[in-house]
Amino acid sequence: MVKLNMVEAINLALREEMERDDRIVILGEDVGREGGVFRVTDGLQARFGDERVVDTPLAEAGIVGTAMGMALYGLRPIAEIQFDGFLYPCLDQITNHIGRIRNRSRGRFTCPLVIRVPYGGGIHAPEHHSESPEAILAHTPGIKVVIPATPNEAKGLLLSSIRDPDPVIFLEPKRIYRAIREEVQEGDFTIPIGKARLVQEGRGVTIIAWGAVVREVLNAVEELKGNKIDMEIIDLRTISPMDVDAIITSIRKTGRAVVVHEAPKTCGLGAEIIALINEKAFLSLQAPIERVTGFDIPVPLLKSEHYYLPNPQRIVAAVKKVMSF
Amino acid sequence: MSLFEDYYSLKGKMFQMLKPDGTLYSEMGAPLNDQETLQLYQRMVFIRLADQKALMLQRQGRMGTYAPVWGQEACQVGSAHALQKGDWVFPAFRELAASLMMGIPLKTIYLYWMGDEEGSRAPEGINVAPVSIPVGTHPLHAVGVAWAAKIKGDKTVTIAYFGDGATSKGDFHEAMNFAGVFKTPTLFFCQNNQFAISVPRKIQTASETIAQKAIAYGVDGIQVDGNDLFAVYTATKEAVDKARSGGGATLIEGVTYRFGPHTTADDPTKYRTDEEMEPWKPLDPLVRLRLYLREKGLWNDEVEKRLTEEAQKEIDRVVKEAEAVPAPEVEDIFKYVFAEMTPQLKEQMEYLKETLA
Ligand SMILES: Cc1ncc(C[n+]2csc(CCOP(=O)(O)OP(=O)(O)O)c2C)c(N)n1
Ligand SMILES: [Mg+2]
Repeated sequence: MVKLNMVEAINLALREEMERDDRIVILGEDVGREGGVFRVTDGLQARFGDERVVDTPLAEAGIVGTAMGMALYGLRPIAEIQFDGFLYPCLDQITNHIGRIRNRSRGRFTCPLVIRVPYGGGIHAPEHHSESPEAILAHTPGIKVVIPATPNEAKGLLLSSIRDPDPVIFLEPKRIYRAIREEVQEGDFTIPIGKARLVQEGRGVTIIAWGAVVREVLNAVEELKGNKIDMEIIDLRTISPMDVDAIITSIRKTGRAVVVHEAPKTCGLGAEIIALINEKAFLSLQAPIERVTGFDIPVPLLKSEHYYLPNPQRIVAAVKKVMSF
Repeated sequence: MSLFEDYYSLKGKMFQMLKPDGTLYSEMGAPLNDQETLQLYQRMVFIRLADQKALMLQRQGRMGTYAPVWGQEACQVGSAHALQKGDWVFPAFRELAASLMMGIPLKTIYLYWMGDEEGSRAPEGINVAPVSIPVGTHPLHAVGVAWAAKIKGDKTVTIAYFGDGATSKGDFHEAMNFAGVFKTPTLFFCQNNQFAISVPRKIQTASETIAQKAIAYGVDGIQVDGNDLFAVYTATKEAVDKARSGGGATLIEGVTYRFGPHTTADDPTKYRTDEEMEPWKPLDPLVRLRLYLREKGLWNDEVEKRLTEEAQKEIDRVVKEAEAVPAPEVEDIFKYVFAEMTPQLKEQMEYLKETLA
């Protein structure tokens, strides 16, 4: 096994899968010669040529719209949208076409493609480079939304996403692109889409998170050491379709929960998760569920970004509140 | 014949006035008098140094990511000089020069890149929109403002600055089309600096020039030497006058070169060699103007030294001022979202304050 960070793990997954499957085409801005602004596609154009790793004109709707066409014709396109904030012009294509074509054509036309997007804040980037649009995407019928939280997870989940018969948006938490280095399984290994990961078992309270904040949750666990709070941590890793069973099973055991996400609070996925718990495990609850989230504001510029991001301190406070109810 | 007929974009001619050696192309006189020219040169020296300072501040961890204007000063100074004070400017993210020319204080520009929201606040009476990072989205706003001015019967002109990469975006085409259909007093100023990050201009479009795209929208288009202050000024002035007198929009392609990295987060050695840059170096817009002024007896080493020292002093003073601005308060991220803070935002703000207490 090799130790890799998330950028390297995704690069490896792409490289290996392109060796196995010559239907794969990578397209996006700066993905070729430069190897991507985060170097995720580094070396791939040199290896596979500029027909399979393509620098496109600067046009996000163009990238995903043509990716859909490629997928219709039997290729397996992997589109890169350079940053979260530039995904928005793609929503027309994603919502009106990519997510609907299977249903509209009664299964005659399908569109298995992957749209990779570095997302989220915390890297002191300029405006529009720190968005967490996952709830909008999860709210869109016909597409799956996958978010890895570690390098090994990224590799296994990406391979599943590429092989999935349906369109997958693969959100990469850019804040932890290089923050975690861990052993990554070599070769052909997949992690199923739609299954949550039990990060830590516990009986006292369930913490539900995904993406970069999983690490913040683990930091909160550190801070709570000695408090005798028995925490169970669930990394959802697919937010659509969500692993409802994993959530409910855990709630039945703990009776308490905190949901953590970086996206704004209102209509964030926290709301959906709490509604699901109400529907399926209401009588197991021993305390109201807490949310630790971003705020209903544009993500601030770098001097104020720390105000916005959920941090261990806020998570600790929420856990204590839930435990003391 | 108007400039735009003379340089009709299918003729494949680029409009130039000042040769790289600082002499004028035959018969055409200079469009600006000596004093104005020297003043604009002085602004360009200031801008070059303010830009370099930003790069340095970023390297020292005193500023966030920054997109330098280095090499594109003539495009921005020449075009902005052709505008009037109340005109509306929609910059992309590389417009330090145009913004300064229109009256945005350097301190404001620095604050923006230092990550302070106050850096997006234009002073009253100065109609420069905040930086637009989503590429190619803002030309539509320039068309909208121009259209509104036309509806209201005002003589306001608008200009959108954007790059070669931006011309690939759908929004750019929608903006050009609306400007053509509604004959809005809008200038589309494309700084073709040959790259969109690593992607070269020829991958961006199969059109021979960017200026040609105007034809399809029934709008005038002209390609100018973007490192030639006189040509940029003259073409923009003509487009501004035309727009103000009801003649509609113009697309100006300024052919230039980005001397610096795309932003401070970029490593250009990944996609371009020093040899590629070599032919552009003698075409530096400042060098050309300096040669012109020297010929006129208006420039020498002494003058350069004085302009540089004056600029440096002012820039250092501004940096000090910008760095002395206190860190933003919690309220600052909540209070401008709506005219009146919603109950949700109030609750979230109170909660945040508690967690910080
Ligand atoms: C819609 C959108 N996509 C991608 C980006 C990331 N990005 C920032 S600048 C840039 C290249 C812009 O090229 P160009 O329009 O030529 O302007 P230049 O940077 O050369 O001034 C890219 C891809 C962005 N800011 N907005
Ligand atoms: Mg460019």
